[in-house]
Amino acid sequence: MSSLLTQEVPIAWYLLLSAALFSLGVLGFLIKRNLITVFMSIELMLNAVNLSFVTFAHQWHAVKGQIFVFFVMMVAAAEAAVGLAIIIAVFRVRATLAVDRIDLMKL
Amino acid sequence: MHLILFFVFAGFCLAGAINLLLQSHPINSALSLIVVMTSLAVLYLLLGAEFLAAAQVIVYAGAIMVLFTFVVMLLNAGREEHTLGSRTARSVGFPAVVVILAVIATVILKAQGLGVATLGEGLTDVKGSTNIEVLSRVLFHELLLPFEVTSVLILIAILGAVALASHSGERQAGK
Repeated sequence: MSSLLTQEVPIAWYLLLSAALFSLGVLGFLIKRNLITVFMSIELMLNAVNLSFVTFAHQWHAVKGQIFVFFVMMVAAAEAAVGLAIIIAVFRVRATLAVDRIDLMKL
Repeated sequence: MHLILFFVFAGFCLAGAINLLLQSHPINSALSLIVVMTSLAVLYLLLGAEFLAAAQVIVYAGAIMVLFTFVVMLLNAGREEHTLGSRTARSVGFPAVVVILAVIATVILKAQGLGVATLGEGLTDVKGSTNIEVLSRVLFHELLLPFEVTSVLILIAILGAVALASHSGERQAGK
């Protein structure tokens, strides 16, 4: 038990967790049929990549990795605002959120 | 301690992400995504990124997910329906994702010199300077211009969101 308390975590495990989260995000993007859930999967992928940035910043004691995550968060916030506004605009015209029924670029 | 915390919150992350896929109602998916993001904030803390952990909770788990849940409730999104397209996407998606994961995992496991993550290790060896101090020094000195450009980006995003979601678009489409 004491070895469990003092043992450190290999960097590779953080990266594997990040890879698993990214893959789950890709899977959600592919199999989910709701526009909002598809958008959530994209956010999940962004978060997974952020985790690898922070992990590598920890590994190399590089502050730039964390700065990059900060900028990714800002861009994700802007993206979420615009994306959800687009979803609302699409819903007004089509009255549906199913991606199979939103198959034309023209509203 | 580090190992236990890592396992607990990595487990929360994966469970939340899998639950996001399994749930058929968007509001349940949104709530599991909040679990994922909050657990990620704890993992950032373990990696010595205090500022990012706080920003993760405030920006992601706070602002962005509130926006998501708000839109889900506003549009009264119901259960998703399964169509021919979803079955095709499922049969193609699963093998593709397994291949992606296998490739990334192989690359990570073969990489040399990754080392271990040490708890409480900061960004710098300079004594007495904290993570946030180092971060803000770089952000507001070297990267001041990108930082200011980001604020312009967010302003444009706000204007774009208001323009897109306003009712004027509906009237144009109705003509």
